[in-house]
Amino acid sequence: MEHRPNPDELLKHLQPEENKRGRLKIFLGYAAGVGKTFAMLEAAHQRREQGVDVVIGYIETHKRAETEELVEGLEVLPRKKVEYHNVALPEMDVDAVLKRRSQLVLVDEFAHTNAPRSRHPKRYQDVEEILDAGIDVYTTLNIQHLESMNDIVAQVTGVIVRETVPDRLLDEASEIEVIDLPPDELLTRLQEGKVYIPEQAARAIHEFFRKGNLTALREMSLRRAAEHIDDQMRSYMQTRAIPGPWPAAERLLACISPSPLSERLIRSTRRLADELKAEWLVVYVETPQLAAMPPEKRERVARMLRQAEELGAHTQVLGSSGSVTASAQTILEFARKNNISKIVVGKPLRPHWQEVIRGSMVDMLVRMSGNIDVYVIASSDQPSMPPEENPLKIHSPWPRYLGSIVLVAVATGLGFLIGGRIAPTNLVMLYLLTVVVAAIYLGRGPAVLASLLGVLAFDFLFVQPYFTFAVSDTQYIITFIALFLVGIVISQLTARAREQADAAHQREAETAELYDLSRDLSVAGEMDAVLQVLIQHVEDTFKRDTVVLLPENDHLVIRMVSTNLKLDEDELAVADWVYRHGDPAGRHTNTLPAAQLRHLPLKTARGIVGVLGVQGPESSRPDLTPQQRRLMETFASQAALAIERVQLDEQARQAQLLQATERLQTALLNSISHDLRTPLVSITGALTSLDEQSDSLNEDYRKSLIVTAREEADRLNRLVGNLLSMTRIESGAIKLNIEPGDIQDVIGTALDQLGKRIAHRKVEVNVPDNFPLVPMDFTLMVQVLVNVVDNAVKYSPEYCKIEISAELENDQVRLIIADRGEGIPPEDLERVFDKFYRVQRPDSVSGTGLGLSISKGIVEAHAGSIHARRRDGGGTLIVIELPVKERV
Amino acid sequence: MSETNQRVLVVDDENSIRRYLRAALSAQGFTVYEAASGEETLKAVLSNRPDIIILDLGLPDFDGIEVTRRLREWSQTPIIILSVREAENDKIAALDAGADDYLTKPFGTGELMARMRVAMRRLVSNSDEPILQVDNLKMDLSRRVVTVNNNPISLTPTEYEILRLLLQNAGKVLTHRQLLRQVWGTAYESEMHILRVNISNLRRKIEPDPARPHYLVTEPGVGYRLRTED
Repeated sequence: MEHRPNPDELLKHLQPEENKRGRLKIFLGYAAGVGKTFAMLEAAHQRREQGVDVVIGYIETHKRAETEELVEGLEVLPRKKVEYHNVALPEMDVDAVLKRRSQLVLVDEFAHTNAPRSRHPKRYQDVEEILDAGIDVYTTLNIQHLESMNDIVAQVTGVIVRETVPDRLLDEASEIEVIDLPPDELLTRLQEGKVYIPEQAARAIHEFFRKGNLTALREMSLRRAAEHIDDQMRSYMQTRAIPGPWPAAERLLACISPSPLSERLIRSTRRLADELKAEWLVVYVETPQLAAMPPEKRERVARMLRQAEELGAHTQVLGSSGSVTASAQTILEFARKNNISKIVVGKPLRPHWQEVIRGSMVDMLVRMSGNIDVYVIASSDQPSMPPEENPLKIHSPWPRYLGSIVLVAVATGLGFLIGGRIAPTNLVMLYLLTVVVAAIYLGRGPAVLASLLGVLAFDFLFVQPYFTFAVSDTQYIITFIALFLVGIVISQLTARAREQADAAHQREAETAELYDLSRDLSVAGEMDAVLQVLIQHVEDTFKRDTVVLLPENDHLVIRMVSTNLKLDEDELAVADWVYRHGDPAGRHTNTLPAAQLRHLPLKTARGIVGVLGVQGPESSRPDLTPQQRRLMETFASQAALAIERVQLDEQARQAQLLQATERLQTALLNSISHDLRTPLVSITGALTSLDEQSDSLNEDYRKSLIVTAREEADRLNRLVGNLLSMTRIESGAIKLNIEPGDIQDVIGTALDQLGKRIAHRKVEVNVPDNFPLVPMDFTLMVQVLVNVVDNAVKYSPEYCKIEISAELENDQVRLIIADRGEGIPPEDLERVFDKFYRVQRPDSVSGTGLGLSISKGIVEAHAGSIHARRRDGGGTLIVIELPVKERV
Repeated sequence: MSETNQRVLVVDDENSIRRYLRAALSAQGFTVYEAASGEETLKAVLSNRPDIIILDLGLPDFDGIEVTRRLREWSQTPIIILSVREAENDKIAALDAGADDYLTKPFGTGELMARMRVAMRRLVSNSDEPILQVDNLKMDLSRRVVTVNNNPISLTPTEYEILRLLLQNAGKVLTHRQLLRQVWGTAYESEMHILRVNISNLRRKIEPDPARPHYLVTEPGVGYRLRTED
């Protein structure tokens, strides 16, 4: 259990620190054929001459002679053949590289996608692993493979590059070397056939290799490299506290929609943020209408938000009631609250007329933004992406439209029935009703259809001339137009109302889930119950397996887990990291994303009380929407509060217990102190009197003083003895010296020891003849009897007889001490053997009440028992049972 | 009875106890010598030649049992040991090593004097005395007859032996082991039940109330004693 990997080490393993990691040098070019691979090989040879151990991990020479020449002389690690659909695809053998452990390794084509079933999906991930192992890497990359460049490149060249590399890798690279070649020279080389062009893309590549494109790309790559140097310079200046032209703290906000244009928007904002050295945030405003989108579209939004996070933005999902004004207000409120200086939006996609009716978001923002800048990003010449779905279309439309037709038919039928008796204008109302019904139950589209059909039917059937579409009374034109327009408006309104109702419904469902969780948590009294509730709710709501880990001795342990969920050491290490750092980690987060579970810290105001781990989705299913993630985080904070509550309850209980114990201890100490001191009062008093007043005391008083002092000294002696015995019993230091003993002897010796205390009492002893010897510790049993008889003496009047008898039954010897005293109340018959019993019931009787308790301790050490019973006719029976057969 | 010009050596490391014993014993006419450690004891016995030694078991340097053993190597002076209630094994060890009797702290002066008298009497009356008597109990050694209130009692040989030993050492404690060894022999040293049964039988025969023995007193954990009046 103790060789669990240290979570920080694990973190280092996944996100290594600078000084242990290998250094990455990227040879950056703007197009294929500028000579990146060549330059990389040259550099490698140079390093080799300097004595560095260099190997080639993967090189793509494309059979160019000059490149191949350079390969010679360098150690090449054999490629790995990965089987895929009966084709052996050559890929870099990462394990061989790691095993070889050279100082430097060359890896060509940084953006390459590995064959399926390779260790990592992308080569740059392979490179990261190699860097983590402390090996330096040289690699080559074209500018268009950078993610943030992706859309610009597409725009400029018309070619969409699919293999991208996250920007952070470029940012984290130690060195970037720009391999520059004037475009004219590149074109010359192309013509000379020195540039590798894969067959399939021939045509596209020709498109690509136009001078304008090349120049633009060249500029981009140079600029990007310059930015990188700029960054390095800045951090250099910062670490040495050199004052520099630091820009004002800008903050950007990008507002995205489900449109794929938003991806571009995100990248543009990122570039802008880079240039301005600003923080940037991304929001998505979810209107009720958008909330009703099909899951694929919602997934796209979630993906875009994740991508934004990966690019370095903070993201948030905001809600609004649905109207454009409301959404704009929500955005601006957020912007103001977060000190946004610039808002970035995309140019609207909708046709203008829609904007006139509904309002334009951009317009609203611009109007209401106050002193926040609004940047509008253009969208012209969209690359060949799949067209955006018409947001008006709802899934499985055909049955609904059919429904409209049916409704109109029904209305028509009704019309016929009552047509004779009612004016046509009133018949229009029927069709209006149809439209309303269609809007409520079937949606916008069908409602519009119903509107149209209604008009037509009305015209055809109920307006003269009948059974034609012609209209004799032109006033009906107005009716038609009105019917149509009203139909549209109603359908819009009802549909919107419906969507709002749905969104409210959804929110209500969420709130209901939260309420259920809160309620169940508040009822749960113990930790296990709380955890059970939490796991149950997470399982029910999110359909995922869950685990809760709580700290024990500063160490996380699994307190409760869904069945079928097993955690290995790595997961526990991730959980541990979360516990110590207080941030979420694991699947779909930025930290330790390779984990199986998503780990959330259970945080309260006082600190972190534990970790909640939720399993990631199965491979084919989508991850949680941002809304669901928010809900889960709320679950986590509720649970954290409940856990804290249980812990505090426990602490309070302990404190109370401690208080009660202390109170009892104080009472006991007071009682013992009193009992120890009281005899000393008489002794000291007597002695001092005898000393100082000896002349004035007569013989009787003198005698009385002396007798009192003597008795009190005996009493003190007994008390001390009792306390010692009690201590010995409590600490288990009682050692029985078991020998066969004579019961009659025990009784006799005890009575002898009692001496004066039973001098005036009648004691009757009844032990049958030939009573067997009983194994016992003689001295201790004498003590037992002394205590029991003493007790009987104290609680019975002087004239009463005390009877002691012994009997044999089966394997037990029974000793009965009977008195005719006041008896013991039934509820106290057990308690009478408690330590300091008298403390709880202060009587006039003296003594601290240890006698019976000591007796019980001794008898039980003999594996016997002692009980008190009420005696028929009044009084008490103390029954002691001892085993006759010697038991250890 | 006062013993005049008898010499007593008081050994205890507690000053207060020595003070008390000096006062009590001086009042009875003893010449009192003191020692506070094992070393001092051995020296004092040699130089002062006491008639009786009161010896505390809990001495600082070497324990009372060891002192007793050493003393007994060359001295027959009666030794009474002082010990605490719980230390039964120590008492037995000391008695077996040769001490004559013991006193459990705290004790009364009367008890002390009684034990001392008994211990010293042994020296005096060690001669062959055919008739042993305590109270109403009489044993005629020459005729091997035991009577209680002049009524003859029939005893088994073992019972007779036990009673004889106790009577000859009247007032002094005899450990279980001492009794067993002397009556039955060394092999029976730990056969407690035999002793107990015999004592029980003896009590039934000679005691007016066997349940509250007058003569045969049990010293819990240590042994038995024949009680004498004083």
